[in-house]
Amino acid sequence: MLAALSTVNDDKDTPPMARNRALTAVAILAAASALTACGGSDSGGGDSDSDGTLTWWHNSNSDPGKAYYEQVAADFEEANPGTTIEISALAHEDMLTRLDAAFQTGDTPDVYMERGGGELADHVEAGLTMDLSEPAADTIEELGGSVNGWQVDGATYALPFSVGVVGFWYNTDLFAQAGITEPPATMEDLDAAVQALKDAGIQPISVGAGDKWPAAHYWYYTALRECGQDVLEDAVTSLDFSDPCFVTAGEDLEGLIATEPFNEGFLATPAQEGPASASGLLATEQVAMELAGHWEPGVMQGLTEGGEGLGEKTGWFPFPSVEGGQGDPDAALGGGDAWACAADAPPVCVDFVQYLLSDEVQQGFAERDMGLPTNPAANDSVSDPALADLIAYRDSAPYVQLYFDTAFGENVGGAMNDEIALLFAGQATPQDVVDATQAAAGNA
Amino acid sequence: MTARTTGADVAATARATSGAADRDTRSAAPARRSASGGGRRLSSGARKRLEIAFFTAPALVLLALFVVVPVLQAVRYSVFDWNGLGPLDDFVGLDNYARALRDTVFTGAVVNNFIIIALSILIQLPLGLAIALLLNREIRGRAFLRVVIFMPYVLAEVVAGVVWVLLLQPNGLVDAVVEGVGLGGLTQLWLGDPEIALGTVMVVLTWKYLGLAVLLFLAGLQGVPEDVYEAAQLDGASWWQVQRRITIPLLGPTIRTWGFLSMIGSLQLFDMVWILTGGGPANSTVTMAIYLVDQGTNRGLYGYASAVAVLLFAISLVLAVLYQYLVLRRDNEGAPAARKVTR
Repeated sequence: MLAALSTVNDDKDTPPMARNRALTAVAILAAASALTACGGSDSGGGDSDSDGTLTWWHNSNSDPGKAYYEQVAADFEEANPGTTIEISALAHEDMLTRLDAAFQTGDTPDVYMERGGGELADHVEAGLTMDLSEPAADTIEELGGSVNGWQVDGATYALPFSVGVVGFWYNTDLFAQAGITEPPATMEDLDAAVQALKDAGIQPISVGAGDKWPAAHYWYYTALRECGQDVLEDAVTSLDFSDPCFVTAGEDLEGLIATEPFNEGFLATPAQEGPASASGLLATEQVAMELAGHWEPGVMQGLTEGGEGLGEKTGWFPFPSVEGGQGDPDAALGGGDAWACAADAPPVCVDFVQYLLSDEVQQGFAERDMGLPTNPAANDSVSDPALADLIAYRDSAPYVQLYFDTAFGENVGGAMNDEIALLFAGQATPQDVVDATQAAAGNA
Repeated sequence: MTARTTGADVAATARATSGAADRDTRSAAPARRSASGGGRRLSSGARKRLEIAFFTAPALVLLALFVVVPVLQAVRYSVFDWNGLGPLDDFVGLDNYARALRDTVFTGAVVNNFIIIALSILIQLPLGLAIALLLNREIRGRAFLRVVIFMPYVLAEVVAGVVWVLLLQPNGLVDAVVEGVGLGGLTQLWLGDPEIALGTVMVVLTWKYLGLAVLLFLAGLQGVPEDVYEAAQLDGASWWQVQRRITIPLLGPTIRTWGFLSMIGSLQLFDMVWILTGGGPANSTVTMAIYLVDQGTNRGLYGYASAVAVLLFAISLVLAVLYQYLVLRRDNEGAPAARKVTR
């Protein structure tokens, strides 16, 4: 292109070509360096990595969480002279976007959030995350089974500070109106409840199938009920879904979908945004129940005018059991967030994440209803009664299966969610779900 | 991200750059005169070159940095299985391309893009022409109508999209209006039914981009010389004959340019559909750009998504070149076309 430009306008009194080219080159260089000079000054401000400074990204960007974490950081600085903590309190989606970019450039913050599973495995494989098994052994011991989702090949890479479980949130008033006295315990009960609600002129269930993952949670749960723990554990590592229980799980779900229990237009319904979302429909009493995680009361509060959510009418029951399933009927589906240290973080990082999991910090975390604490010493500090019930259920569950999409990583998990959403649309069979997941795993 | 570096971008930027070069040549002319008058050592030719180089270099550097390099990078990534983290070490050759062409979601997206191109032109061309001809007459409230027609185009895509999502949701305003005029049986899951979601998207796209067509056609109409009309009127041509035999043929270059913009816009369509449906339900409204972002950003399949980006680039480039060659060539050759049609 440059050559073309300089030969386009040949003039009669042109000096030798070579000199010409050189002049052109000099001019371009001059202009280019003028350009880069403007942009150069603001880079290089990132990691000064003197061993006393920790950068910490978290997503509690509103009070009381934001102020609490500032206090926690200040306390730690005081107890560890020479350490300074630089906090970035980011909106959740912002944080995820910035973390993605940080992982790609390898310039991750020292302390950050990991959701575990395949995503973590990718970070570990790329050498971005610190192995905490040795330096944080005591804390890991204390957290017990909660850390399972954050282990790769037996090593622990992050310390979960909040783990929640998924179940049905329901409107106790609407259930009473439809004459349902006991929350459904089996799939047959659920079908009967759906019918009773329909008879009473109430839309039974809302699902944000437009966002895919809320629909996928149904399949995860039927798989959890149909497949034994060993089969699931095996599948998470081998990505082999050939066990027939996975197809049966899809058939169970097909059966539920066939009863048409979902809100009008559920294929395009978003999960949480606005009053027409699945959470919004439950919060505004348009539907009787929704399958969702521990975040639901908080989301509903944000979607109602008075900030009440469903208030007193909030009820919760676990996903029903299926007849003849090989899975434990009390097993729970869930997930959460954990603190991780970047591979190149200073050693004091480990002390800090352990401090974040200490009795004291977790109790403060629980008192402010910032999540479901994983340190057993903080269980009694949870003030919200609905969340306290959830903790009891979580801790009595034989095991908590990490959301499959998180466990399998965004590639395999995404393919799985897409196909499950198609199952909801009646455009895929239970076998298709297994095949699509398998195919994506082959390409992973 | 490779989502935006598509063929049309490159073509557009290249055009912009060469346009800038033309302008520089012209503006250099007076400078040359003064140089030859003065006692400068540089000859006028060298000086001109120096100026061209100096003024185009920033644009060229930016073009290279933000368009050429990313496009080449995308080509490189596309032959690796890569999740965006760590080194590029899993070379897979053309596997990613083969996989994309086998994936029914991607081929469905290509079909959707072509449906959108065809419907955009088939709907907006006659409608835009009719409105432009109407608004070109002396009618009461013309300025107001022009603003109304053009308003949607000025609105940000995201804002307009969110408004439409709210209007179209079940029991939303659109349903209320349909019921209000006594057509309650015709309410639909406008965005929730895979059978009709693409149609709904087309309606919104037409609403959004019709203003641009009308604006361009109106501008084109200003360029039709008054004396041609007068001659036609003297010959006793009716209003309809004047439009058909004179206005529309003379508007040809404008229509063909608009067609090009419309085609490229349809190929790269992302934001409006992303807001309205996200490509759903059941992939019924997925476009190539949506598929690309979904696979790249959401799935972390950066190698595969790069292959899709290269395919989108290639499709855009081929269509753009074909259009230039088959349709726009007459316009680029200049005046004879206009003389021919007035005969």
